[in-house]
Amino acid sequence: MLTVEKLMDKLELAPIELPDGTRRITGGYAGDLLSWVMGRANEGDAWVTIMTNMNVAAVAQLTDVACVIFAEGVEPDKETVLKARMHGINLLGSPKGIFELCGLISEAMLADEHEERN
Amino acid sequence: MALFTYDLHVHSCLSPCGDDDMTPCNIAGMAMIAGVKIVALTDHNSCKNCEAFFMACEDYGITPVAGCELTTSEEIHMVCLFEGLKQAMAFDKTIQPYRMPLKNRVEIFGSQPIMGRDDEIIGEEPWFLPAATSLSLNEAAELVRSMGGLAYPAHIDRESNGLLAILGTFPDEPVFELCEVRDKENAQKLAGGRRVVVSSDAHRLTDFAVTLNHIELDCEPDSPPEIIRKALFKKLS
Repeated sequence: MLTVEKLMDKLELAPIELPDGTRRITGGYAGDLLSWVMGRANEGDAWVTIMTNMNVAAVAQLTDVACVIFAEGVEPDKETVLKARMHGINLLGSPKGIFELCGLISEAMLADEHEERN
Repeated sequence: MALFTYDLHVHSCLSPCGDDDMTPCNIAGMAMIAGVKIVALTDHNSCKNCEAFFMACEDYGITPVAGCELTTSEEIHMVCLFEGLKQAMAFDKTIQPYRMPLKNRVEIFGSQPIMGRDDEIIGEEPWFLPAATSLSLNEAAELVRSMGGLAYPAHIDRESNGLLAILGTFPDEPVFELCEVRDKENAQKLAGGRRVVVSSDAHRLTDFAVTLNHIELDCEPDSPPEIIRKALFKKLS
């Protein structure tokens, strides 16, 4: 089972807020326009974004994604971190770009599926 | 008390996307012909045509307002208005270090001329003006307010660079009691009880004053511009 912690290790993601590292990742989504993410990200997704506004935490809560990964080394606003802490949302960071992160997440998910099958 | 026609979001030729005909004198002249009494010049991330615009408005009996349309780091467009020209120019200076040093490519984006009193070109802005600044929405609103200005999200009824499209909803912070729509019809369902300013976001002379919007202010119709501006800021603050 691919968990947030496992993905962190594999992709060398830095924890910003990690209230539930055992949360299972079942998919992925990338996007910065929150009006789009709200309607398209799915429960259990690892959501990759460069948007740092506090509404990221609200959208993460609404969509119930497994974690938010801030790409390109962007740092979330302090209000975003506070809100995530309040609502138990996993926030991670990486200096890698969105494209690279999405590729690595896909790879990790496929490898995990493969492991589970064998 | 009197009713005033207004448009608080107009671009001049300084904005690369603004038509070359949108010179300070032409905007002031067009405002007079169309019957718009209060006009704010809000170029992308720059107030540098406001000085010429103020002079042009004097000739045409228009009440000018100085400001700009700031692009935040989230790429949200925010209208920033100042009661005085000096304040706006100080703000213009303050935001310089937050701008992205991306060279304007005239052949792709259009020119960014800084205009003089009689519509003569006195300079050219070298950096591409509409690019995102490094100021977040929160930081930008705080900065404008700390310098005595008024800040509110532009065209929340537009997909590109509108606050609602980018953030989904109004964030808890910064608090906006005011917001702008382009189409009055959208005001009720999008503004969430906030007071609404309707403005054109005109980039061409023909976009300007297509419909007239009115605001009631606590001054006389023929009050001098500084009195009308004072009443306007009192009403919007």
